[in-house]
Parts: sequence; structure tokens; C-alpha cells
Amino acid sequence: MAHSATVSTPSKTGTWFGGKEPFNASYGKLMMWYFLLSDAFSFSGLLIAYAVLRFKEIGYYNSEFAKQFGSIKEAGAKFVASDAYWPIPEKIFDAFPFFHGQHLPLVFVGLMTFILIMSSVTMVLAVEAGHRRDRADVEKWMLWTILGGITFLGCQAWEWTHFIMGTDQGAVRSVWMNGEWVQKTIHGANLTMNEYGPAPFAFCFFTITGFHGFHVLSGVFINLVIFYNTALGIYDRPGRNYEMVEKVGLYWHFVDLVWVFVFTFFYLV
Amino acid sequence: MANVYENLPAGEVAKPQTKVIWRTFWILFVVTSLEFLLAFTMPAGTLRTLIFVLMTLVKAFYIVAEFMHLKHEVKGLVYAILVPTIFVIWLIGAMFIEGGSIYDLIHNF
Repeated sequence: MAHSATVSTPSKTGTWFGGKEPFNASYGKLMMWYFLLSDAFSFSGLLIAYAVLRFKEIGYYNSEFAKQFGSIKEAGAKFVASDAYWPIPEKIFDAFPFFHGQHLPLVFVGLMTFILIMSSVTMVLAVEAGHRRDRADVEKWMLWTILGGITFLGCQAWEWTHFIMGTDQGAVRSVWMNGEWVQKTIHGANLTMNEYGPAPFAFCFFTITGFHGFHVLSGVFINLVIFYNTALGIYDRPGRNYEMVEKVGLYWHFVDLVWVFVFTFFYLV
Repeated sequence: MANVYENLPAGEVAKPQTKVIWRTFWILFVVTSLEFLLAFTMPAGTLRTLIFVLMTLVKAFYIVAEFMHLKHEVKGLVYAILVPTIFVIWLIGAMFIEGGSIYDLIHNF
């Protein structure tokens, strides 16, 4: 930011005499960082609620059912879903599109993680191209990022569909119908009950991955707008620069970062 | 950071400097692969959970420091982001323990 000297009086300089950006960051970039911090608090709130809900239930390996087996390994191999204990995530999330019936634990979610990290890499390459004012490269890398985001959303949609539809055998649950508790076989999941484990399991899955997916969706829209602006040559004009690409890049990396945490706490722990 | 955008002569396009970007990608890739390996070979338990959390923090550090460029920003901005985040991570850890305590109260008393 240029600091123009006045003609009549000598201008004071120093940190507190105006004309300086706090932290040497532009207004937009600083505000994006503050927004990301507040959004991190929102996600942390959800993850903290998940932590309490998850650990107040019995984990599978500590349950009565699992304790009858000789070793942890055997208990894992003989896992059966029940609402008496929190399930082992890799036994639930073991489906892959077009490979119906095959058990591929965590492969699909691993693919989703890889896609999102790749899209983060292409985003940072777009930012780097913006530093060099290379408009063609910025457009190219932003298109790859948008594609990665849309692919991730498609994968998440498939994961949700498969989770909601459930397995063929389903599970027996007590359902309140016509004034009494009735044993019914339920399939899949909704916000109040699911065949995989206690009710919070599906509820937390939908809430946390849904909130994250909403952020990915809005990120894709924002990236599309900035891509459009780049293609129009708005940032190439004299006096403008590609800092907007950097700012939306921050948002996109935040989305990736949250996924890293969600993936660890929901699928691995 | 605004000065990064003002030093190039008009019309010229510099060569890409992407080595650090790809190096960070490979670090993230290796750490994630290790996480998957542990998920399938190590028996479930507190130690494994702790290792997962640590590896996640390593990945988070690389994404924030390199991809989001925080490592190269003014120290004040770095602390403005890091310090609240560290408090929140402590809070998440504390709530995991709290969940365990609620479990104890429900099942063991």
C-alpha cells in the first residue's frame, strides 16, 4: 500500500500512524482467516459433540459380545452390527461403487480423501500461477480443483445413498407403533435409527459429513465464480492482481483440512 | 503478502516454482498411507487412536503452513490463528475424556 507524503506537514511513520495493513495482510485475506477460524470453531463444536456421544457408548471391543472371543483380532473378524455398542467404522464403510457385495474396508473413503487432497494441490498450484500472473495456468488449475470438488461431492452422495439404503439383511430394532413397542427389521439409516449401531452413529455421520459437504458445495460455487472472473480477465487488468484466487484458495484448503479431521475422528477412531 | 503481486514487469510470465507444493503433497500422501496401514495392521486401542490424532495434526500442520502459506506470514497472524486453535484442540481432547467419564457414570455405577 503506497503511503503518499503530504506537501505541507511531514508525515509520521511507524506502526500506529496509519497507512499500514495489520499483519501485512490485505483486508480480504485477514477477514478470510478470521472467518476460517470461526468456521473451525463451528466444526469443533460438532466434533466435540461427536466425541461425547461416541465415548458414552460402549466401544465394540469392550462389549459383552466381543469379550467372548479370544483375541481382539478374532473379535474384529466376527463383528456383528448391533445398537448395543458403537460399531467398528471400517466394517460399516466397506462398500465401493460397482463392486457390490465385496468388502473393501475404507477404500472408498480413502479415495475421497485422495481426491480432496489432490484438489487442494491443484488449488495451491492455481494460487502459484496467480503469483506469476499466468492466466492460462490459473484457469487450468482452477478447473481441475472444481472438478475435484464435484467428484468428491458425487462420491459423498454415493456414500450417503448406500448408507441410507442399507444392507439386505437389515437389523431388528424396537419401534414404537400404535402405542406399543414392536420388533421390526429396519434397513439403512435415518436421523433417529439405523441398522449399524446406536442412533447417534447415523445422526453424527449425517450431521458432520453433511455440514462438511455443504462447505464443499459452497466452495465449488465460489471457485466457479472466481474461475469465471479469471477467464474474463478481471484480475489481469492493470492495478488488479490474483489475490482473490489466494483468498478462495484459503477457503478450499480449510475444507480439505476439516475433511482430514472428520476422516480421522469418524472413520479411524 | 500484497507485495508478491507487484514485482513482475507487465507481460512477462515467470517459471512455475512448484517444488515445495509437490513435496508437501507427497508428505501428505505418505502420512495418509501410513494411517491406512495402521488402521489395518495395528489392534484398536488408545495407543492407536493417539497415533492417528498425532498424524492428523502433522497433516494439518503441512496443509496450514504450506498450502495456506501461514508459515510465511507475519508472526502476529500466525499466532492469531494458532493459539485459539490449540485451545480448541485441547477442548476436543478434553471432551473425548468427558465422554469416557459419562460412559463410566452410565455403565459402572
